Amino acid sequence: MNELSLYILDLVQNSIRAGARLVQVIIKLDTQKDLLVIEIIDDGCGMDEELLKRVTSPFTTTRTTRKVGLGLPMIKQQCEMTGGEFDIQSTPGEGTSLRLSFTASHMDLPPMGDLSGTMVSLITAASDGIDYVLIYSRDENEFEFDTRQIRETLGSDVPLSTPEVLSWIGDYINEGIDEANTNQP
Amino acid sequence: MKSIADLEKIRQATLSKVNLRRESEGTRIVVGMATCGIAAGARPVMNAFVDEVAKRNLMDVTVAQTGCIGMCRYEPIVEILAPGKEKVTYVHVKPEMVPRIVNDHVVNGNPVVEYTISNAE
Repeated sequence: MNELSLYILDLVQNSIRAGARLVQVIIKLDTQKDLLVIEIIDDGCGMDEELLKRVTSPFTTTRTTRKVGLGLPMIKQQCEMTGGEFDIQSTPGEGTSLRLSFTASHMDLPPMGDLSGTMVSLITAASDGIDYVLIYSRDENEFEFDTRQIRETLGSDVPLSTPEVLSWIGDYINEGIDEANTNQP
Repeated sequence: MKSIADLEKIRQATLSKVNLRRESEGTRIVVGMATCGIAAGARPVMNAFVDEVAKRNLMDVTVAQTGCIGMCRYEPIVEILAPGKEKVTYVHVKPEMVPRIVNDHVVNGNPVVEYTISNAE
């Protein structure tokens, strides 16, 4: 995959399959420390210790349709290639937290890419009661997007997956991220 | 700049359309979004379908996702399920193919045979 936002899309699919109702995607870029951290936190079914130990093996998957699961091993490799770290914590019945760190200036680090496209895809695909929080920060500047706030404004009559709403969400996230990236002190 | 206040206007403008969408038993466009699909380019394909459905104001069409269906080499894969019709599977779908699939198949009921799995080998 050639964008970090595609890895995020893939990893959040795991949260959806784990029955999560709230998924938080937190992206923090610290230019002074040359550090990019991505966290994905869900309240899904979680994993037991035995599965957690095997989860970064490409031959571990909870699916029955095939025998490989490449999402987590690929992102672990990306973290390690760029001098970062991969950490996963999980509690059965409570959820899973993934923390990925990267050296921000490393030449092998893929660009973030179309993060709003990733969020729009996720909301399109699984708008039936799953909420997302996106926090994007670059140094002191922070942008936050929360589908719970959007749902509250729209009321129960207009779903998030309405095309006009999705289009607005894509633009809103793009503008928020651009602003966080450009308004540096 | 977009603001949360815009959403109230969107809510008012779309309320009647949403009710129409709810009442209709329409066509489902299902995009494969497992690791294989995402790596092959499923995200822009899905977003292109969402944009095209919105642009054409199609009331009875929903865009959804599915996982890996075991044919990774054909990704991005899109299945179109129309009421009373056989499922049609499109393979190696690119965003630029989406307007034609929506126009010919979803709107006019004529599958684009050259993009389907039967033409893939």
